[in-house]
Amino acid sequence: MNAVAAAAPVQPSEARVARRETVAALLRSKTFIAGNLIVGFWVFWAIVGAHLTPHDPLAQTSSVLARPFGHYWLGTDSLGRDVLSRVLAGATSIMKIAPLATLLGVAGGTVVGLVTGYFRGFVDDALGRVIDAILALPLIVIAVTAIVSIGASNATLIVVIGAVFTPLVARTVRAAVLAERDLDYVPAARLRGERAPYIMFVEILPNVLGPIIVEGTVRLGYAIFAVAGLTFLGFGIQPPSPDWSLQIAENYALLAGGSYWWTVLFPGLAVASLVIGVNLVADGLTQVVER
Amino acid sequence: MGRFLLKRLGLALITLVLLSMIVFSLAQLLPGNVGRNILGPFASQQQVDQTNHELGVDRPIVVQYGRWVSHLLHGNLGNSLEYQGSSVAGLLGPSLVNSLKLAALAFLICVPLSILGGIAAALRQGRVTDRSITIGGLSLTAVPEFVTAIVLIVIFGVVFKLLPTTAQAPPGSSFLVQIKYLLLPALALTAVLFGYIARIARAGVIEALDADYTRTAYLKGLDTRTVMFRHVLRNALLPTIAVVATQTGYLIGGLVVIEKLFNYPGIGQRIYIAAQNKDFTMLESGVLVIGIVYLVATLVADTLYSLLNPRIRYGAAE
Repeated sequence: MNAVAAAAPVQPSEARVARRETVAALLRSKTFIAGNLIVGFWVFWAIVGAHLTPHDPLAQTSSVLARPFGHYWLGTDSLGRDVLSRVLAGATSIMKIAPLATLLGVAGGTVVGLVTGYFRGFVDDALGRVIDAILALPLIVIAVTAIVSIGASNATLIVVIGAVFTPLVARTVRAAVLAERDLDYVPAARLRGERAPYIMFVEILPNVLGPIIVEGTVRLGYAIFAVAGLTFLGFGIQPPSPDWSLQIAENYALLAGGSYWWTVLFPGLAVASLVIGVNLVADGLTQVVER
Repeated sequence: MGRFLLKRLGLALITLVLLSMIVFSLAQLLPGNVGRNILGPFASQQQVDQTNHELGVDRPIVVQYGRWVSHLLHGNLGNSLEYQGSSVAGLLGPSLVNSLKLAALAFLICVPLSILGGIAAALRQGRVTDRSITIGGLSLTAVPEFVTAIVLIVIFGVVFKLLPTTAQAPPGSSFLVQIKYLLLPALALTAVLFGYIARIARAGVIEALDADYTRTAYLKGLDTRTVMFRHVLRNALLPTIAVVATQTGYLIGGLVVIEKLFNYPGIGQRIYIAAQNKDFTMLESGVLVIGIVYLVATLVADTLYSLLNPRIRYGAAE
């Protein structure tokens, strides 16, 4: 009798169980947890920004280039601005631009990948060649060329990075779709008389979400990498934002004098911790999804 | 093998044509009138029209593309808009050589180091060595080059004062002094590649260690050394070699940032300056040269791979 009761309809669906197992595996992954803690820290500071910092990140004072571990914990820069406040508030711009660019690239890449993977044929081949051509150029070079042509702004940055990511994401999605399209449920849906868009977005898409999420996290790491590099070169986020890469660009010339390392080292460590955090999350996700 | 390489060569040529189209159309996005940009706001409309006609920019796009390509094929990259009268080829050539020096040093440090790292990680799979090489490499790969470079400058240039903080040695310096100046930028570039190459090498070694042929080699009584060198590493490092070349693109992207940071006159610095000054003939050619370098590197890797891999050497795989 008990066995019958246990098999009653209250039994959670198979998908639910699978999802719960995935979450449990993620919570067991030390890399995933550590990554999330780091990223969470920066998300917090990106949201509260200058409201909670010990000083105003843009306020200039007369104590120029004060050494760290004194009144100003991390010292001040050449305009007397507090480095600690600037490092904390510096998360805001990049944490807005990089995720938006990633989202754009993942959305575009998912649509293109689904369509090319499902239909294949000429468009598929052509896209493959275009991706090869784009891969022949480093992201930063394409972005610099495009940004010079269109003009630097946050919107340009998001669109350019999103546009370069689209074919790259599309390739991953396409590979996942190719593995799915021959499984029984796809021909079954076709025989049922479902139309192609329905099959692609309602039948196949939920089954390839795992690889898409992993790809999205990996891309987010690259997006931060790209925004940081472009900003350092002067083609990204524009002053007077206390962005990390801008701080480095403004102060690195002081290093040649053999001193004043704190104006660049702390923002550098901030960028490093953020990308490492995102990559730890991506690594944890990859191991669980590809299990 | 011949057929395999011929096919690769064909694909590379198609990619090159597409690449030239992408670069050309990017340059077409430039807002404003070319003649007006050159002559300035005070020139008459007639002069502007005449300049445009002389430059050929008033013709249909397809005709312009054709002219551009035919000039390229004759080795004529045009004149720099910024340095009036200097040919782009004359300016790009020396910069490319400088960049190749830096890139070569980075590769020389990076490839042996990361392959050794990957092998060490694979042999200690799942233990502390493995975790620290994998996570450390992953982190190094993820961090932008200029950030790694800043940390390296602070440590070696500012705190210990061991190495110079700029990359250009004084003119007439000996070979060793030049290398000393290039060491920090090369190390920064190495850091980005290390994690990636080590990861591939690690995966290759783990797969080869699990393979039947390795067990057979052990069972027939060969000592560990012979098994490792003749059976495991030979098979494991094939994919690694193929992957190293695909990283050239990544490396050149890093050059743009690193050369600016260390004020080193390479092709990345050229592209950066051209972009800043909207010198489009220079930018176009610089980007195209980078693409060609990448394609050549990929072809070399394919050739090397097919020479080392008997399955392709004897034409069984194709």
